[in-house]
Amino acid sequence: MSGQHTEHHDHHDGDIGYHATVKGYAIGFALSVILTAIPFWLVMGKILPASFTAPVILSFAAVQMVVHMIYFLHLNAEAEGGWSLLAMVFTVALVVIMLAGSIWVMYHMNTNMMPVHDMQTMRNMP
Amino acid sequence: MASTTTLTAHGAPVFYDNGDHHPQQGTLLGFWLYLMSDCLLFALLFAGYAVLGRSYAAGPSGADLFDLPLVAVNTALLLLSSITYGFAMIGMQHGKKKHLLVWLGITGLLGLGFLSLELYEFAHLIHEGAGPQRSAFLSSFFTLVGTHGLHVTFGVVWLVTLMFQVGKLGLTHENKRRLVCLSMFWHFLDVVWIGVFTFVYLMGVLQ
Repeated sequence: MSGQHTEHHDHHDGDIGYHATVKGYAIGFALSVILTAIPFWLVMGKILPASFTAPVILSFAAVQMVVHMIYFLHLNAEAEGGWSLLAMVFTVALVVIMLAGSIWVMYHMNTNMMPVHDMQTMRNMP
Repeated sequence: MASTTTLTAHGAPVFYDNGDHHPQQGTLLGFWLYLMSDCLLFALLFAGYAVLGRSYAAGPSGADLFDLPLVAVNTALLLLSSITYGFAMIGMQHGKKKHLLVWLGITGLLGLGFLSLELYEFAHLIHEGAGPQRSAFLSSFFTLVGTHGLHVTFGVVWLVTLMFQVGKLGLTHENKRRLVCLSMFWHFLDVVWIGVFTFVYLMGVLQ
C-alpha cells in the first residue's frame, strides 16, 4: 500500500503539494479583472435599474469567488486527497444557512414588528 | 439480521473507505481548515451587516458615504497583490530566491497601499461624524471591513517575517511550507474582499 503513495511525491517541491503556473495565474487574474470591472461599471455608470443590478453584481461576485478558488487557491478534487474540497463544501453549506437564515428571520421580524400606525396605513392601502 | 453492508455477487463485503486518501502531511489541510473557520467568522460578520446594514438611525447611508473610485483603487491594489504573490510562488517553485523576495516585497507594498487607503477612508468617515458609534449600519460596517483590514495587517506582518526568514535561511522545506500557507491566507483575503466590495460598497451605493 505504501508503495502507491510515494509515487505522488516525485517532482516539484516534494511533499509541499503546490504546483502553480504562470498561465494559471494569468488566466485567474484576467478573469478577476473582468469580473471586478463589470460590477463597478454597472453601479458607477448606473447602467441598469437598481433592483436588477443587485442580483447581477452578486452573481458576478459568486463567479469570481469560484475563479479565485480554482486559479489562486488551487482547489480541486485532488488537493489533499479531496479533504480540502470536502471541508469547503461543508463550510459553504454552513455559510449559506447562516446568511440565508439570518436575513430571512430578521426580514420577517422587521416586517411583522411594524409600529401600529404603520400597520393602519398598510390596511388603508389599496 | 439488519446488516446493510453491500455485498458483491460472491458475498464478499465492499468497503468504500480503502484507507488511501489521507494526506501525507497535514499542515496544508490544517491551514485550510483554519481558513474555513475564518470563513465562518466572516460569514457571521456579513450576516450581521446584512441584518443591520439598513439601520441608519437617521444618520448617513452607504450612498451618502461611500466613495466608489477609492474602493475601486483599493480593489485593484488587492487584486494586483494576489498575482504578485503568485509570481513570488513561481519564483519559489523554480528555487529563485531573489525573484521570490522581490515579488514578495511588491506584494507587501501593495498590501500596505491597501491598508493606507482603508485607514484614510476610516479616518475620513470618523471625521465626518460617521464613526462606528453613529448607527447600527456603521457599527456593522466598521466591524466587517475593519476585521478584514486586521487580517491584511497580520498578512503583511507575516509576509515581512517570511522575507527575513527566507533571506536568512534560504528556500528550505520549512520556509516553502510557510510560504504556501501565507499564499492561501493572502488569496483567501482577496476572496473575502470580493464579498466586501460587492455586498457592502456596491450594494450600499445602489439603494
